[in-house]
Amino acid sequence: MEIDPFIFRLSIFILSIFIGYYVVWSVTPSLHTPLMSVTNAISSVIIVGAIIAGLSGEIDSVFNSTNIFGFLAIFLAAINIFGGFLVTQRMLQMYKKKKKNK
Amino acid sequence: MSLNLLAIFYLVSGILFILALRGLSSPDTSRRGNLFGILGMAIAITVTFLSIGNFSDGFVYVLIFLLAGGFIGVFIAYKIPMTAMPELVAGFHSLVGLAAVFVAISAFLNPQAFNLGFPGNIKIASLIEMSIGGAIGAITFSGSIIAFLKLRGIMSGSPITFKGQHYVNLLLGITIIVLIFYLCDSQSEKYFWRIIAISFLLGLLLIIPIGGADMPVVISMLNSYSGWAAAGIGFTLENSALIITGALVGSSGAILSYIMCKGMNRSFFNVILGGFGGTDQASLSNNKDKKPVKSGNAEDAAFLMKNASSVIIVPGYGMAVAQAQHSLKEMVDSLKKNGIKVSYAIHPVAGRMPGHMNVLLAEANVPYDEVFELEEINNDFANADVAFVIGANDVTNPIAKTDPQSPIYGMPVLDVEKCKSVLFVKRSLSPGYAGVDNELFYRDNTLMLFADAKKMTEEIVKNLD
Repeated sequence: MEIDPFIFRLSIFILSIFIGYYVVWSVTPSLHTPLMSVTNAISSVIIVGAIIAGLSGEIDSVFNSTNIFGFLAIFLAAINIFGGFLVTQRMLQMYKKKKKNK
Repeated sequence: MSLNLLAIFYLVSGILFILALRGLSSPDTSRRGNLFGILGMAIAITVTFLSIGNFSDGFVYVLIFLLAGGFIGVFIAYKIPMTAMPELVAGFHSLVGLAAVFVAISAFLNPQAFNLGFPGNIKIASLIEMSIGGAIGAITFSGSIIAFLKLRGIMSGSPITFKGQHYVNLLLGITIIVLIFYLCDSQSEKYFWRIIAISFLLGLLLIIPIGGADMPVVISMLNSYSGWAAAGIGFTLENSALIITGALVGSSGAILSYIMCKGMNRSFFNVILGGFGGTDQASLSNNKDKKPVKSGNAEDAAFLMKNASSVIIVPGYGMAVAQAQHSLKEMVDSLKKNGIKVSYAIHPVAGRMPGHMNVLLAEANVPYDEVFELEEINNDFANADVAFVIGANDVTNPIAKTDPQSPIYGMPVLDVEKCKSVLFVKRSLSPGYAGVDNELFYRDNTLMLFADAKKMTEEIVKNLD
């Protein structure tokens, strides 16, 4: 009997939860807001599913119901990806150390 | 591109996302971490396009929607003021949630595209995965919308409760599970739509009873949900990048919720069940007129601080509302010119989201090594001359240490009362979010400065020169 591929995915999932647990505890509390905005940006990797959905089906039926949901999801996820990473970068630029020569 | 190679690339982007979070362990490494995240995303998107290899009409539309969304995202990211960060994050969560719903719908309507079977004959495991992903996505979406409206002030921040609320939510939750069962049994489209619709409703109902100052927990929780939704979709699409990311984001949000709850000494369920800070508790503080209060003006405050050798600033949500961070920085700069040692003390739940105060202070160019967490600085209050409380209230209330009857009893608080004198910038004597009177107001060593936080700090700056 072979192992169901689902079990492999489940293993990845559970191990990732553990990685997440240890990595997030090491995040310094002063960066909790950037943490939220960057997790938000990376969870928009859901866009890969949206792209597959958008490009599926017949070419002459681009706006049939399945494709349009894909397009909308691409649109929403793209707002998040660009907005999330850039706003995180903007915030992180502001965190500076004390200037020594002052 | 072969499926195996594709899977390896997705694994690489998953690892880059882990490094992105890892970078946040210190501000120095954080910017590089963010670049890792961007790289991971670029890899995931590029290989997805390459794997399809279908550069036809559809591709044009994909690009149009991608660029349109990207343009809006860039615009928002540059325009948003830092004080609006909590509602921005809530808004972004709602988008992830809705995107998850849309992907789940596409997978249900067009399973061939994802190798999940055929309409009317979708693999049972995939059906369960896409229903769960879609349902959590829908809850995230509508819940985040409510959180957004509350944070933006469009909707009242006070909790909205009705009788039997929790039973209704429980019932809706059970209904979703039963419907998933029917969906697997019949493959019928109508059950799928009902699952999504009920999940939207459940998201609304879950968040409306939770009041404004509990928003840090709500935002973290919705952050976590958006991760679980992504993971659910990841299982459906058999995509390891999505599974890894979903798990990371899910556990990140869960940890933040835990930290926030601990900061208030309340259980997660106590916060989620909501209704905290309602009117019934406000009546506990009815004898406040009897006690004398010392109030002063900017001149008094400036005099006190000028003669101090160390000052600790305690910012709270009021500072964010008044946008007082820049004038506060000015005040601190002129104190420092006089040789006074100044540091900042941040309570874990100050503000409306985790790390809210730190971002605002960073925006005002406060170096992050002058900003301390509660545990790091709490012992220093006893040796400090002045505590300058600006827009915070409940997090300084000593009653949390002394009165077991108080709703905030046991909450870790900043020991500002141990300072030689306390300056309290506040618009009125009204109790804070928890509805509890702050006995600090009536102490001999407390000077109340009744004013808008920004105006008061500006006045003090003038008086310091």
